[in-house]
Amino acid sequence: MAAAARGGAERYFTRWYKPDVKGRPCEDFCVLQHSNRRVICVITLAEAHPLLQSGKTIKSINYQISANCSRLQNKVSGKSKRGAQFLTELAPLCRISSTDGEEYTIYSCIRGRLIEVNENILSNPTILQEKPSTEGYIAVVLPKFEESKSITQGLLTEKEYEEVLLKRLNSSS
Amino acid sequence: MSSLTEKDRPIVQLLLNTGTCPRCILRFCSVGSQMLYRHPYKDLMKVLKEFMKSNQEKEDTVCFDVVDPPCKRIRLEHPEEGPEDLNHNGALQQIPQVNDENTAMENSAVKVCNVCLGILQEFCEPDFVNKVCQKVNSADYQFTSFVFSVSLPPQLSVRERAAWLVLKQEMRNLGLSLAKDDIVQLKEAYKWIIHPQLSEELGVPADGKSLFEVSVVFAHPETDEECHFLATACPDCFKPAKNKQSVFTRMAVIKALEKIKEEDFLKHFPCPPSSPKNLCVALEIQCNNGAVFVAGRYNKYSRNLPQTPWIIDGERKLESSVEELISEHLMAEFKADSFNFSSSGREDVDVRTLGNGRPFAIELVNPRRIHFTAEEMKRLQQTINTSSDKIQVRDLQLVTRSAIGRMKEGEEEKTKTYSALIWIDKAIQKEDIVFLDDIKELKLDQKTPLRVLHRRPLAVRCRIIHTMRSEYIDEHHFRLHLKTQAGTYIKEFVHGDFGRTKPNIGSLLNRTADILELDVESVDVDWPPTLDN
Repeated sequence: MAAAARGGAERYFTRWYKPDVKGRPCEDFCVLQHSNRRVICVITLAEAHPLLQSGKTIKSINYQISANCSRLQNKVSGKSKRGAQFLTELAPLCRISSTDGEEYTIYSCIRGRLIEVNENILSNPTILQEKPSTEGYIAVVLPKFEESKSITQGLLTEKEYEEVLLKRLNSSS
Repeated sequence: MSSLTEKDRPIVQLLLNTGTCPRCILRFCSVGSQMLYRHPYKDLMKVLKEFMKSNQEKEDTVCFDVVDPPCKRIRLEHPEEGPEDLNHNGALQQIPQVNDENTAMENSAVKVCNVCLGILQEFCEPDFVNKVCQKVNSADYQFTSFVFSVSLPPQLSVRERAAWLVLKQEMRNLGLSLAKDDIVQLKEAYKWIIHPQLSEELGVPADGKSLFEVSVVFAHPETDEECHFLATACPDCFKPAKNKQSVFTRMAVIKALEKIKEEDFLKHFPCPPSSPKNLCVALEIQCNNGAVFVAGRYNKYSRNLPQTPWIIDGERKLESSVEELISEHLMAEFKADSFNFSSSGREDVDVRTLGNGRPFAIELVNPRRIHFTAEEMKRLQQTINTSSDKIQVRDLQLVTRSAIGRMKEGEEEKTKTYSALIWIDKAIQKEDIVFLDDIKELKLDQKTPLRVLHRRPLAVRCRIIHTMRSEYIDEHHFRLHLKTQAGTYIKEFVHGDFGRTKPNIGSLLNRTADILELDVESVDVDWPPTLDN
């Protein structure tokens, strides 16, 4: 984990983790929570995620998660972001397939309104792998005001996540 | 129209009998001479009674001529004495005491007028004028003119209508007409009488456009329920009340009176209106000065100072603010109730404002003091500047409300220049950043920055960076001077905001960039006018 000064756009964000989502090993996500009162969250892939390991090439990214729902059609208006698709923790954001035939679903990990999905990764999938915690983010979610403090209850702090990674290392060796 | 004529006789007779005061009688006779209303109550009563007694063939204008000269003489001989002298015989006391002093004048006690409820009686007298002026003087306002506004209880309109209906009926029976439009409005007559008295005692003229307002609210609780019948007759005129205030507002009552049919009115309200037991009461006498505006430019030298107070959940997160440091001295000098601070854009807590500073304007609400010389403003500016090293102000001056518009247009249209201290992750050499100096009119697409996204709508803004100038420091640092369009997010242009501002310094240099320090070098608005400080 790059402990070096997180400069740039991430400076005011705290990292929270959700490992092994839906029981799938190492499919870990990192939620960046802004320090503002009404916390904006950025959903990203954690470094341990299979898609970020060397040798993986992304074939396609699809925001159409069901027949009726495309995350690309999310439209928000006004300060309160009316019209946004509402997400629960296990709501799928997108599906990514790699050239080796695997398919991965990216989940929201927190409850809230979907503000935007990152369209840059559609045109340029490599930034998802090169800069997963900044330019390669998946989506921006705005939790309900009342739930601002509680959204992190289902997530691990950076320290707790490091212990999970340590356990994995030990169990595999 | 300055005198009573034959056709007024039945009006005068009827109104005298039903307990209407002389001034209201003059109003219903459409007497338009302001001076006549100013005569003392007793004199007017006397004149009316004589008019009623006089022979029908005689000229009636004689009555008023007799009364005029003595009053005029008194005024001319004793200009410095107040209206007390005129009225020393005629002063209306509280109803129970009147009989003691003026038994010779009246057969019965002086009744409270059944139409004006005493407004054109007691509340035209010097005692009341004194009371108002005392309140004004003790409130210690600076003013050069005044506007006197009066709020009358709604039932006065109802009673006026009732009296008029009776008169109309009577005139019809006599085969005469009664014009409604020529009747003098109560408020108008009241101001004819009281303005000169207030003006004399306060030493300044009455002026409808004055910023200094003296307001009086009258009430007559005894008859408050008289309006209620209108709610059953015209229910849609009366909307549900907010804040527990009475539904029977003056406007609502007037609207209902316009709608209600004559027969319905006569059914529900006694015509002529009854004589009340008590006078109106003056509930509040309040003074208010129109807002004054102070403008200037401020510099901010602290990287730990918000522009406006930073309070979350009742807890102050950072001490003080730009607006408080400037306004507290203005509030003290102008003795205002409150202030509204606005500026041509603003900067973050950790950003300094250098150069000529940022234009601002402060509205001071209900100031007690309004006149300040250029010298005094200069001294006020010095006071602010010596009291804090975090901010400094210049060009402090009084401006008009309309001038604020110029400041706000600057916010949208004018350019700003900045100086940013930039950090780069991978080593750079001088040659690597020189190309930035040649980029002109760089177009940016900036999505609403994540740091403000919780309180702003999601949108994409096109903004232009007009020019840039780089200063190499070392392999990981350089300073960038930029001139940009108003509304450009500089920090996001440097670090890219997760790629949501494109292009950005990181993308231009193919590295990761961060902004360590930001200063506003200039806000290119040529307002307020520069003063020779």
